[in-house]
Amino acid sequence: MIEFSTLEKGQVIGSKTVSVNRGDLVRYAGASGDFNPIHYNERFAKEVGLDSVIAHGMFTMGSVIELVSAWVGNPGAILDYQTRFTKPVIVEDPAGSNPGDAAGTAIDIEGKIGALDAEARTARVDLTVSANGTKVLMKCQAVVQL
Amino acid sequence: MGINPDLVGRIYPAGASYQVGREKIREFATATKASSPAHFEVSAARDLGYADLVAPPTFAIIIAQRADAQLIADPASGIDFSRVVHADQRFTHHRPIVAGDELLAELYVDQVREMGAGAMITTRSEITTVAGEKVATTTSSLLVRAED
Repeated sequence: MIEFSTLEKGQVIGSKTVSVNRGDLVRYAGASGDFNPIHYNERFAKEVGLDSVIAHGMFTMGSVIELVSAWVGNPGAILDYQTRFTKPVIVEDPAGSNPGDAAGTAIDIEGKIGALDAEARTARVDLTVSANGTKVLMKCQAVVQL
Repeated sequence: MGINPDLVGRIYPAGASYQVGREKIREFATATKASSPAHFEVSAARDLGYADLVAPPTFAIIIAQRADAQLIADPASGIDFSRVVHADQRFTHHRPIVAGDELLAELYVDQVREMGAGAMITTRSEITTVAGEKVATTTSSLLVRAED
């Protein structure tokens, strides 16, 4: 259990890296029902002006929140969760690899306490999310009930 | 050609209900690399006080995107899905979604605005149980890129 009184604004709750390969995108497409081909077909992605296949924004949003879920120990305690999608996460298809086993693109995540509400016993966790050294999400914030 | 500005204020009534199943929660949790046992084991979810498996924090996107599909399919909207980019997303949970819930989503068009040569549309899904209990509010902004 997290002791609310020990938390401070600016405190780092943790960091982690999530990797995403083409196999992950197919799995997310099936689970979510979002079958936009820019997330699995390179030819189509390039024809619509992208550099390559890109991850679903919702894959990134959905996977980076694990840092917060694991920290609080209860995924149902996340009351509010929002983000802006600013840069696509490009997912390459390296030659000679099984697309489901490739190392994939690393998404680096760090969480910090952005605000505390002692009355409601909630904490806002601000996530910094980047891939290939570029921030891919902005204003990525989760409000957690403690 | 952007988005029909007359869409603002339009409400699309809920379509067929969505039955939240245990296997779908497990599948979605695996696909989003979520590890909490409360997504996978009923006993772990009950230990946290839930009636059944807890859906991951972004699970409601399945239901919200079904509601958005109605709008995109509406010829009056003028939206070309192949030019749509997801700009932002928010989930407000009034209570966690759990397996066994039967949910409805009513879609509201809150805003349409010009963005350079393209346009941005903001929609909101009000997700409730079939009995009318408020479960989640999701807000999405979609950027429709201009023709090249």
